Amino acid sequence: MKHIISVLVENEFGVLSRIASLFSGRGFNIESLTVAETEDKTISSMTIVTIGDDHIIEQITKQLNKLINVIKVVELTESVQMAREMVLLKFAVNSGPKRLELLRLVDVYQGRVLELGARSLIAELTGERAKIEAALEVLSPFAIKEMSRTGMVALARDGVKN
Amino acid sequence: MKEISGAQILLEVLQEQGVEVIFGYPGGAVINLYDCLPDYSCRHFLVRHEQAAVHAADGYARATGKTGVALVTSGPGATNTVTGLATASMDSIPMVVFTGQVPTPLIGNDAFQEADIVGISRPCTKHNFLVKRVEDLERIINEAFHIAGSGRPGPVLIDLPKDVIAGKCLKKAATKTLLKGYNPNYAGHPGQIQRAMEIIFKAKKPVFYVGGGVVLADAAKELTELARSLRIPVTTTLMGLGAFPEDDELSLGMLGMHGTYRANMAVTESDVLVALGARFDDRVTGRVDKFAADAKIIHIDIDPTSISKNVNVDIPIVGDVADVLGKMLDLMKSSETETKACAGGHDAWLAEVARWRDLHKLSYQQDDIIKPQFVVEKIGELTRDKNPIVSTEVGQNQMWAAQFFTFTEPRSWLTSGGLGTMGYGLPAAMGAQVAFPERLVIDIAGDGSIQMNSQELATVVQYNLPVKVIILNNGYLGMVRQWQELFFDKHYSSTTMDHAPDFVKLADAYGALGLRATKPEEVEPVLRQAFAHPGPVVVDIVVAAEENVYPMVPAGEAISNMLLV
Repeated sequence: MKHIISVLVENEFGVLSRIASLFSGRGFNIESLTVAETEDKTISSMTIVTIGDDHIIEQITKQLNKLINVIKVVELTESVQMAREMVLLKFAVNSGPKRLELLRLVDVYQGRVLELGARSLIAELTGERAKIEAALEVLSPFAIKEMSRTGMVALARDGVKN
Repeated sequence: MKEISGAQILLEVLQEQGVEVIFGYPGGAVINLYDCLPDYSCRHFLVRHEQAAVHAADGYARATGKTGVALVTSGPGATNTVTGLATASMDSIPMVVFTGQVPTPLIGNDAFQEADIVGISRPCTKHNFLVKRVEDLERIINEAFHIAGSGRPGPVLIDLPKDVIAGKCLKKAATKTLLKGYNPNYAGHPGQIQRAMEIIFKAKKPVFYVGGGVVLADAAKELTELARSLRIPVTTTLMGLGAFPEDDELSLGMLGMHGTYRANMAVTESDVLVALGARFDDRVTGRVDKFAADAKIIHIDIDPTSISKNVNVDIPIVGDVADVLGKMLDLMKSSETETKACAGGHDAWLAEVARWRDLHKLSYQQDDIIKPQFVVEKIGELTRDKNPIVSTEVGQNQMWAAQFFTFTEPRSWLTSGGLGTMGYGLPAAMGAQVAFPERLVIDIAGDGSIQMNSQELATVVQYNLPVKVIILNNGYLGMVRQWQELFFDKHYSSTTMDHAPDFVKLADAYGALGLRATKPEEVEPVLRQAFAHPGPVVVDIVVAAEENVYPMVPAGEAISNMLLV
């Protein structure tokens, strides 16, 4: 099962590598990992999407907590999190009916066109993972030249018990 | 105030931390440090290989309970510490290792003697640091000692670029540590402890399963009092030997792959198993689903990751084992009726345990060839009143030492349990001897593993550390040979040590006393001579070549399924 783990770490040299080596050394999976500074510049926030049964997830959270540079670990269950992912897509597409169709679909998924050229188009999509997956399926018949996904970022909602 | 160099700051902070001894090896990157070293009170012991410096610091830490310190240069000096760090990490030994590093502007340039030791040592340290500015050095060293010695202890590495050691700044006394994410939990949860005691009081067939955590937490006294008051039998892991006196009738001896018949049977049949500072290692549990299958399991450990990692636990208690045992004793003392009923209710259980003991005792047949078990028993017999410290190498020598030596005191047993590091015993003995110059320190070795760090004979002779190395020489890598005999149809592939040196001559070449015994009747006089000698001794004892360690639980089997003699 997929789990989202939010980790606050000290914004220090080598922290990402400690987390990555913990996962590889103990045979845990990382599906995606994002990291960036928080409002406090000395602290970074990581969102890790991982797969495992309850026993493995318990070990992952405990092992993360054991790292000296890790300040807080929270497992975000479906009901308590707001999670978003962004994807940038570059399509090879000329002006014509196909492009009109593509623009319409990007609009349906509340995406934005960032660049429109003679032979290509770059679009941005943001949303929950399910929406991104659905959009990618619908858009896949168009010639996707390149794609870049951020992986998931998440926050716990206020006032909801984990 | 005057600005002082990084090297001076380091040595001053070590003094403030109460460090008396450093095991080390100099090199280009740490030459500034070595330049200042004689101005400070720390004694430095020059080893012959950096791995030995770390094992010596480890042996010193195990014997004293203090944090061991090693100092080496960059590059190969640093990479040579890795086995020592991994050994200490697996066995939770407090240690701070300083490594030299190329100057900060050169880091990443593949400079001469550069190694990314922070990257390399990350998985085998509790934590590590690269000091980038001399201003951070004092704080980092204090943090390192705090991390190494608190919670579940472990090794911490500090990488010191040459320009940081040479750089100057003001030393500010007692800089605050900044460890937001590190706050180990010492006090066990009172409610959980209460629940645990209720279960223990009601148990019909309880067993205490005691690991190295009890030694590390200095909780042997509390454990002994609780076990004796409630009349609960105690088994220790390899790491826990000495935490409970083995001459007590409640002692079951060691459990696990080479545990005693009674310990493995008692754990298998128990209805309540209390794990104290132990981590359900595969060499202890054997087949996990058959391990204490019908028992309620109470697990006390300071490291939350150890709990429910391998075996599901009914009552987890995260905390310092001495704190938790102290609270258990308080509860016991305030519950007289339950205590009496509990202690009085174990007659049938203890009778069953005694039956198992008599059914299959640890045994061997001494004939006209020296048996290794006989040697270990003789060592025990001759040193009973001397309170010796025993270290071991790894393999059969280690298991026979664990089985046939009677351990009664904590911190008198130095062995690489988790990692199983051959070559550990001699340098560890050296470290313990530095800490306790007056005590008898014995390394029980094999002819294979002694050759992994025999260069340290030079160190023990140089500093007149009167370590006694007793080699159980069977001409084989015995434990691997035993597996080959039992599970690979006697295919002794690469386990015969045909070209070992003459160990008596080797000792002589280093300036130590070399002795040899080849017949059973020579063992006692040779050992007596060795123990009476004021300096280091190597005793080469030619033992039965194909003797096996029994009982043995084949890998992956239930621990009740033992091969017996």
